[in-house]
Amino acid sequence: MLNDFLILMKQELGVTLLIFILLFIKLAKKEWKNETVLGLVNILLFVNLAAGFFFIHKGTLFGDMFRTSELLSFEKNILNLGTLIISLQSYSWLKQHKHVPEFYMLMLSTLLGMFFMISSSNLLMFYLGLELSSIPLAAMANFDLDKKRSSEAAMKFIMSSAFSSGLLLFGISMLYGATGTLSFSEISWQLTTLSSLQVFAFILLIAGFGFKISAVPFHLWTADVYEGSPVAVTSYLSVISKGAILFVLVSVLYNVFQPLDSAWYKMLFLVSVLTMIIGNLFALRQQNMKRFLAFSSISQVGFILIGITGESIQGSASVIYFVMIYVFSNLAAFGVISLVSAATGRENVDDYKGFYKTNPVLSWALTIGLFSLAGIPPTAGFFGKFFLLLAGAGKGNYWLITIAALNMVVSLYYYLRIVKAIFMEANDTPIENVKISFAPKIAMLICVGGIIITGFASGAYKYIYSLF
Amino acid sequence: MDLSLLIILPLITALAILLVKGLKQVRIVALLGAAAQLILCFFLLYFYYQERTKGSAADFLFQSGYIWYEPLGINYHVGVDGISIAMILLTAFVVFAGVLVSWKMEKMNKEFFFLLIFLSLGAYGFFISLDLFTLFFFLEIAVIPKFLLIGIWGSGKKEYSAMKLALMLMGGSALVFVGLAGLYFNTNVNGAHTFSLIQIAHQGIPLGVQKVFFPFAFIGFGIFTALFPFHTWVPDGHSSAPTAASMFLAGISMKLGGYGCLRVAAYLMPGAAHYYSTIIIILACIAILYGAFATMMQTDLKYINAYSSVSHCGFILLGIGMLTKTAINGAVIQMVSHGLMTALFFAGIGMIYDRTHSRQVAQLGGLMKMMPFISTVFVIAGLCSLGLPGFSGFVAEMTVFMGSWEKGDLFYRLATIVACASIVVTAVYILRAVGSSIMGPVKNNDYLKLGDAGWNERLAAALLIIGIIAIGVAPFWFTDLINPGTDTIIQKVADVIK
Repeated sequence: MLNDFLILMKQELGVTLLIFILLFIKLAKKEWKNETVLGLVNILLFVNLAAGFFFIHKGTLFGDMFRTSELLSFEKNILNLGTLIISLQSYSWLKQHKHVPEFYMLMLSTLLGMFFMISSSNLLMFYLGLELSSIPLAAMANFDLDKKRSSEAAMKFIMSSAFSSGLLLFGISMLYGATGTLSFSEISWQLTTLSSLQVFAFILLIAGFGFKISAVPFHLWTADVYEGSPVAVTSYLSVISKGAILFVLVSVLYNVFQPLDSAWYKMLFLVSVLTMIIGNLFALRQQNMKRFLAFSSISQVGFILIGITGESIQGSASVIYFVMIYVFSNLAAFGVISLVSAATGRENVDDYKGFYKTNPVLSWALTIGLFSLAGIPPTAGFFGKFFLLLAGAGKGNYWLITIAALNMVVSLYYYLRIVKAIFMEANDTPIENVKISFAPKIAMLICVGGIIITGFASGAYKYIYSLF
Repeated sequence: MDLSLLIILPLITALAILLVKGLKQVRIVALLGAAAQLILCFFLLYFYYQERTKGSAADFLFQSGYIWYEPLGINYHVGVDGISIAMILLTAFVVFAGVLVSWKMEKMNKEFFFLLIFLSLGAYGFFISLDLFTLFFFLEIAVIPKFLLIGIWGSGKKEYSAMKLALMLMGGSALVFVGLAGLYFNTNVNGAHTFSLIQIAHQGIPLGVQKVFFPFAFIGFGIFTALFPFHTWVPDGHSSAPTAASMFLAGISMKLGGYGCLRVAAYLMPGAAHYYSTIIIILACIAILYGAFATMMQTDLKYINAYSSVSHCGFILLGIGMLTKTAINGAVIQMVSHGLMTALFFAGIGMIYDRTHSRQVAQLGGLMKMMPFISTVFVIAGLCSLGLPGFSGFVAEMTVFMGSWEKGDLFYRLATIVACASIVVTAVYILRAVGSSIMGPVKNNDYLKLGDAGWNERLAAALLIIGIIAIGVAPFWFTDLINPGTDTIIQKVADVIK
């Protein structure tokens, strides 16, 4: 039993261990230097990531509350990797911060919550993980302690997140009323005969999920929170938190709500079209880089939902594959913004005019990240988007992918707008040359390397596909 | 012969450019790379003839490939027929000439040559792909470098043009994507789907499906080749681009569309091509006439050539729309001929602009006195454009007309006559542009000090002129080259019509 416990929950236990180490560092008599803490944490995060790839087993724990498998371990590894990259990227920001251990404790708590959520096979466990992953996030959003906007962002985040949790909880209780069980496998058994109560419960659940992944029409909190939070938190929100919920969404829709597929297919169709169009339209005119990436990430979710509508192995494989690529591409973009923001405090699109003259390396990194987000070959984003749309077309719904393909063109406009500012436009006061310290450099290398390699090398996709 | 060399070579060149420093080193590496491409293409041609004389009757030669994304039935699969070889040769010529005319590119030269070579990679990859996924992959690779080339090194309202071009071409490829997805899901190889061009052609797609997805693929590729009414990126894009990019854009990029229309739309969906041929012909005729008349009104040399490209690319679509063997042959010849001719034209305009800093016909004049070589180049390009016998333009247009005339119906006859009539308009604008900028009195005395072309420009122009004349004087070798390729396409169409 203990052995099972140690092996099956090793990723969760690893993160918990990290949290405790940080706690002891914080409580130690002697105050640790920020550099030391950061160095240690980054090394530990790397060890934690590497450990995730070994001793992968399949099994359940706690009376079928908790399950794990190769696929779930891989999903957790993606999140671990993203967390490591973000941690490396925020090195220069955190170096000057007073509360480094607290930041990591909060971040790792949310990560732990996400792990439990991914591994849940019971609605109770799922809700527990979800709450653990969203409440510390609000505290993280407030981590620019002397900035008013940061507190505002935290406030907005906690309100909307509480509201969406409420919806979810309401949906869960309805579902419990309708089926008499909380276990995933039993719910799908019970759902064979459709009743309006079940559909209502399902709609509430989808709305709750919609809030978390900021799908339209539940997206309104996103832009403000993203803009106000520190860059590290913004990237964490847009990549890790969103990715985790998407993993859960796919598995819940495909496994638990499979009997309702005709209902959720139509719902997702509508939501994904709206999400793409509205995300794109709002992204067109944003002036703040973080706000811009917020809306672009909304429209990316629209594309991911298309992959989910495919309802096939290809669908779920391509969603996971895309999230992995999205981690690399979005973090490449956020990494540059984070460096620039930490060094100069400038975050507007106009500030990036003439960026290439002063920072050629960062410019290329940002450009490659944006190209990957836009889905331009030879970056991995092209493969990711292609497979998502292909999975979506699998159901024979060509309208959806036509709309999506045209939306990709619209999205291209605003990504190219940034590229245009970087390369083509002149600026009297360009951002001065930003010194890149060692840690962000590694993060940048991982991101750009990932963007270039994961597309060409089909191994990643094949591996994900083989896990189903 | 391993066709992947055509992708690897530009890739190595591009990476090597990143490693060296300074204009002198960069341009030498780029030139060596382009020269190697050219030599490789001649070897390819040689090996191709050897295979054919040995009696190899396969549709596609030198096939090779490996499984890429197995769960999705996506393979990397390359192979060539005569049509692809013609396009590959064209690419090699234009890229080599493009590197030569950009010899003195000071501004961000490393990035410039990198992007130019990278573009050629996309074009080669596109022309050798036998898998629709890789075809699409390379099609999109060949778009974004153009955005950067125009936006950074261009002139005039470059940012607007670059954005317009990128968005319209990506819009085209979005439509292509839908078409390809439609084809993909209507194939069945042991229960799985495939992107393989050969297998799709072998299995055939049901006519009902073809009718749905043909417009997507055809319009998508059509945008690349200035299909009316989606031609509006052409004038802006061409006129704002730096010389080498204009050459590539008009010379090769627009041919990606023509090749795609032929290879994907017509070859894989012959039934729908036949079904929609009336509409294609009408649109092509509008493009031909509209392009020609619009050119009449232009005063900027680059705009003149850009609008005339719309008109000339109309002939490609007309040839494809007619769906007769001769007409399709004509369309392919027109692709190569227009590629060489328009590259030469843009090279000439670039050389003139580098010296006079003006492209306005009204301000130029009497250039023949100061720069006889450049002026001659310009005249040759002009004459080829208006279809003078002896140059490739004549062969191409004549073949298209002959092929169109084969169709006895009144509608086809009318279309042919309309298209023929455009030649008169072409003659007017070409002769006017050439006459008032090259001949006549010198309008600006500052121009008297200007020098003639340097060795690099001479070499570039000579290369393109050799190509033009080689097709113009002896078209038979060229038709022999493309014949097997067009035969397979027309065979598909003939099967359907029966």
